[in-house]
Amino acid sequence: MNIDWLHFTPGLSFLGGLLLGLASAAFILINGRILGISGILGGFIVPKNGDIAWRVAFILGMAASPFLASWIFPTGVLHAPKIDSAFLLIAIAGLLVGFGTRYGSGCTSGHGICGLSRLSIRSVVATLTFMGTGFLTTYCVRHVF
Amino acid sequence: MKHRVSEFLAGLIFGLGLILSGMTDPSKVLGFLDPFGLWDPSLMFVMAGAVCIGFFGFSIAKKRTLNFLGGNLSFPGAKQIDKPLVIGAILFGAGWGLAGFCPGPAIVSLAAGQIKAAVFVVFMLIGMWMFSKVTR
Repeated sequence: MNIDWLHFTPGLSFLGGLLLGLASAAFILINGRILGISGILGGFIVPKNGDIAWRVAFILGMAASPFLASWIFPTGVLHAPKIDSAFLLIAIAGLLVGFGTRYGSGCTSGHGICGLSRLSIRSVVATLTFMGTGFLTTYCVRHVF
Repeated sequence: MKHRVSEFLAGLIFGLGLILSGMTDPSKVLGFLDPFGLWDPSLMFVMAGAVCIGFFGFSIAKKRTLNFLGGNLSFPGAKQIDKPLVIGAILFGAGWGLAGFCPGPAIVSLAAGQIKAAVFVVFMLIGMWMFSKVTR
């Protein structure tokens, strides 16, 4: 196994993880909800009365985060994102992620962070499953085709 | 109003966490999902950091009946490992491994003006819409 030392960021990634945990803990304790992005977005597809404003507030907060990040951190601290996949692949991936997260009742946040934190067996199974197919898919894309 | 402010702040902190951790960089995510290539294990540290704090938050939440603003605490009720859970996770993992985007980072990258993230989000919403049609 070869480690990509050039891109390895254990400190920043752990710090970022602490913030993810903090937001998830705050969301259940203060607002009483599971912080799951696919669930929050899914509520817009079939809107229910009185169930939209909190979703909008949360998404607006997320949308403001890149501006806060570039304000706090001088350029060079954070790597600029790199998206190599072609548009067709991005579109197919979007469909799979949208359909799959709703069918499986969660994604990396709801099952991954919140589910593992509250020791939910369903979420452990879901997380192991999507990580497994994630590894498998990336392996196929990079080493088989 | 207190509700809207706290929800906005939760989204803001969560988004900041995604950016700091490297989750908003698909090349980093795919670098993690590729242990047979040049492997970047950073994302294990993301999960470790998140669960560190999350575990304590949820331990407190489990002992409470009301949230800090006086409303309900809504925990998912489902307990069963069923076909939708597993098949959904399989499909999600395949999409995640294809492009390196999951829902949260895609939204943050869209807000940051990434055109490919915008395409991803549009198709993700179409996927969610397709699910709502199939299950209705």
